[in-house]
Amino acid sequence: MFQLYDVIVVGAGHAGCEAAHAAAQMGSKVLLCTMNMNTIAQMSCNPAMGGVAKGQIVREIDALGGMSGIITDKSMIQFRMLNRSKGPAMWSPRSQNDRMRFAEEWRLALEANPNVDFWQEMVTGLLVKDNRISGVRTGMGIDIPAKSVVLTNGTFLNGIIHIGEKKFGGGRTGEASSRGITEQLIELGFEAGRMKTGTPPRVDGRSLDYTKMEIQHGDDNPEKFSFSDATSTLKKQHNCWITYTNKEVHEILETGFDRSPMFNGRIQGLGPRYCPSIEDKINRFAERDRHQIFVEPEGWNTVEIYVNGFSTSLPEDVQYKAIRKIAGFENAKMFRPGYAIEYDYFPPTQLKLTLETQLIDNLYFAGQINGTTGYEEAASQGLIAGMNAHNKTHEIDPFLLKRSDAYIGVLIDDLINKGTEEPYRMFTSRAEFRLLLRQDNADIRLTELGHKMGLASDDRLDRMMDKKNETSSLMEALKQIKVSPESINEDLEKHQTAIIKEKISVDKLLKRPQLGLSDLRKMDFPLDTMLNKYSQTVIEQAEILIKYDSYLEKEQAMVIKLNSMENYKIPIDFNYLSIPALSAEGKQKLNKVRPETLGQASRISGVTPADLSILTVYLGR
Amino acid sequence: MSFSISEKSDTIIALATPQGVGAIAVIRLSGPDAISLTNEVFKGKDLTKQASHTIHFGTIRDGEKIIDEVLVSLFVAPKSFTKENVVEISTHGSSYIVNQVIKLFIRKGARPAKPGEFTQRAFLNGQFDLAQAEAVADLIHSDSETSHQAAMNQMRGGFSGEIQQLRSKLIHFASMIELELDFGEEDVEFASRDDLRDLVEKLLRVVEVLIGSFDLGNVIKNGVPTVIAGKPNAGKSTLLNALLNEEKAIVSEIAGTTRDFIEDEINIGGIIFRFIDTAGLRETTDVIEAMGVSRTQEKMKTASLILYLFDLTDTDMVEISRDVNKLENLGVPFLKVGNKIDRHNPQLISDLKHKHPDTIFISAGEKENLDALKDRILELVNLDKFRTGNTIVTNIRHYDSLVKTRQSLLDVLNGLDIQITNDFLAMDIRRSLHYLGEITGEITTDDLLANIFSKFCIGK
Repeated sequence: MFQLYDVIVVGAGHAGCEAAHAAAQMGSKVLLCTMNMNTIAQMSCNPAMGGVAKGQIVREIDALGGMSGIITDKSMIQFRMLNRSKGPAMWSPRSQNDRMRFAEEWRLALEANPNVDFWQEMVTGLLVKDNRISGVRTGMGIDIPAKSVVLTNGTFLNGIIHIGEKKFGGGRTGEASSRGITEQLIELGFEAGRMKTGTPPRVDGRSLDYTKMEIQHGDDNPEKFSFSDATSTLKKQHNCWITYTNKEVHEILETGFDRSPMFNGRIQGLGPRYCPSIEDKINRFAERDRHQIFVEPEGWNTVEIYVNGFSTSLPEDVQYKAIRKIAGFENAKMFRPGYAIEYDYFPPTQLKLTLETQLIDNLYFAGQINGTTGYEEAASQGLIAGMNAHNKTHEIDPFLLKRSDAYIGVLIDDLINKGTEEPYRMFTSRAEFRLLLRQDNADIRLTELGHKMGLASDDRLDRMMDKKNETSSLMEALKQIKVSPESINEDLEKHQTAIIKEKISVDKLLKRPQLGLSDLRKMDFPLDTMLNKYSQTVIEQAEILIKYDSYLEKEQAMVIKLNSMENYKIPIDFNYLSIPALSAEGKQKLNKVRPETLGQASRISGVTPADLSILTVYLGR
Repeated sequence: MSFSISEKSDTIIALATPQGVGAIAVIRLSGPDAISLTNEVFKGKDLTKQASHTIHFGTIRDGEKIIDEVLVSLFVAPKSFTKENVVEISTHGSSYIVNQVIKLFIRKGARPAKPGEFTQRAFLNGQFDLAQAEAVADLIHSDSETSHQAAMNQMRGGFSGEIQQLRSKLIHFASMIELELDFGEEDVEFASRDDLRDLVEKLLRVVEVLIGSFDLGNVIKNGVPTVIAGKPNAGKSTLLNALLNEEKAIVSEIAGTTRDFIEDEINIGGIIFRFIDTAGLRETTDVIEAMGVSRTQEKMKTASLILYLFDLTDTDMVEISRDVNKLENLGVPFLKVGNKIDRHNPQLISDLKHKHPDTIFISAGEKENLDALKDRILELVNLDKFRTGNTIVTNIRHYDSLVKTRQSLLDVLNGLDIQITNDFLAMDIRRSLHYLGEITGEITTDDLLANIFSKFCIGK
């Protein structure tokens, strides 16, 4: 009934969809197995993509030829570029999305690819021969053969949902959990753990009084995620709102604490610190008498509202009573209560940088199964796992991103070397080369790599090359074009910056913090005329590169230092235990993580500088 | 623990001969800039134009100041131990000189080598077989154990506390910034830029003090440099011997027997004094004039204390008072010591004592009144500096990290001045933390995140 697939992807969330698409696009025969064809690419949590650090990841996925950016653009209802007041490394695209259209666009994209087949059933077991994956077994007992398998089970592995004292099995509310895989993996020698996450209640938008809330508008000139021309920016945007909890809300919530699974010890899994439930916030930050609530519409054609900031697993009656004390929520009707969910994950230190497991060849893990949280984090892992599953089954070299290449590189390197005790979310502060890993240059950083892998199209490569060439030409032009004191000094004083005494090139003026190209072009007509020849994207790119030149150079120098260590490869079967000079902890950690390069070894906690020196001594002989 | 080893593009420096006293010390540099850096501070031939495997005589200078006369051996890449450019500088075997030279090179851009790093480079460039490699690995292992132990001992001296405090302030500072960057959309409150500037300036002051204490630290480690000056045959070597209680200097009645600098460490009241006996010079009767052309004057200026010894039986008091005037004007703590009281009548000595209360009268030969001399010496070097329990930096690698911390902090201030946004500020703050981390153990971004989550309510 089934052909031998190159790649079987188990799970069709953000990770699974990217994995299936990437492998299929590169030429693999792919089977996407999901328990429910109607919930492909569900946004299980809030209907939004991007945000600080996450927006950068979406742009990186897009630059490599993944789909998340395009899908997001097509289902967007509001766009904001966050952190505009900060430096360019912090600018972060964020969108509010139509939950149903998002899922629909993903399904259409996958259906448009002839290399993707679908199968709706629970996968309950893996077929393993001699420590190598050979397919999956379904709930009905069907064996489907494959050269590789990507597991993207999300919160479904032994998922347990908690609402107050109620507790039931499920992967999302209203959907069954998945059993069998964890048990089999443990039997195969994997280490497993439990994690916890949660969602807030959804309410009926018709029952809210928006006049009591602050409106959060989209940007006046909305941008988009994808570098391609497959999508366009929004002409019309949906509002969001902000409101606040208050003392009364907190007091009511506290009455339910004795029935909270968080506090009475029924939930064992560790939840994310940075996505705390409202009860956690009240408990840990008792001195604060209000917390922000983001009121987010779920789409163009629905009245459902996502109450962001009010994640809770308190009993539904307490949730209901408390929410109605929030300004604007006095008459709120609830569609569904918030809940907490516990699920299995596998500490990601058991993986290689390709996201292939160390124990079983050709088996890949991506998304929450690796202990991460967030659509963007999941999608990027799916992309890398899918690409590498394809590469391995076609005897192509692995596709790896370095910490200096992309947030995706930081994410995977962190997971594999440090593991994670709580759901891992990306922050810009995790990236040591934050200034280089910007959303505006994701294409310049990555599209060539994606193109080489057969994922990013020729057209994307051309667009990137054009942008790059145009930017260089503009930067050169800004060096040549000079402004005179007579034409500009009056304006300089207005901008509270020193006047000039003689003619000066625009690129020098641009380094002043008070001045941008948009200011300068207003002061100088020839400059304005010259800039008119360039696109806004190119102008922005050139401006960043000129303005922050010295900082970017400093960071580039650090990258070179770091990467010199990345070039020392360590054989995968290297015998750490046989080197007596290594420290005991270093020996054990190195043996467990099995770093692929000296650079990777240097980031493993517990490995000392002396250990590294000793390793280098042994390497290469 | 990023960028900590195998930074192959830079030039490293270390003392190649054992730490401590020896006639000659060899300082080794390896890396692309080894030769050009040396050439910058070397007065002699243009080293960049010399052939490999050649030796050159000259002086190492810090600006106009001569640190030492040296022999420089050149090994041009790849014909060297590490297969990089290697320079070996042979200096006189004083740890003071060695430290001055190494410090000078660090200022010029070299980096102190980590344990085993020369060997590591040699290995990476393919100089060893496996058996040798194993031996080297064991060596690095024991080396790092020893240096770790040494560092721990130093940490107990209060250094640790001060750096820890500094670091935690900085982490707090950094996490405030990271917080604003990563969670800028939420209603968290941040410290103002003025507060941040205050903090950085405070930190900078502490770092400056620590950097300043490096010289003091060296004094403690290597002794208070003390010069004994005086006319030939005033009894300098005899005094030294009396203090030492052993015959180290060659003593004779023939003036000018002491041919070279003799350095000796003498423990007085728990402080190590490094006594430097200047050569008595016969060419001129004017000691100070003679010093003007020799290394003696350099020694004088770098000394923390000068003892001027004169013979009470000497009749040419005019010359002595001229010497005294000149020495007093050097700005170095100065003590006049009248020698050979045993050859004078006690009444005269008693009168002299009354007339010259700031002069100590002794007999080096008979070991008379040496305790009074020792007491006065202890008074004269500013012991407060040593006894306040303040943090003192003595390790050259710590010094290096502090200098880099200072630079990063200055970059932060500069960023504040030009009103750069926090993502750029954060980069310089992280660099500061990184360099402080080299002293205290590593900082990772996890520290920042942990700090954020323990202190602030964030996350939707």
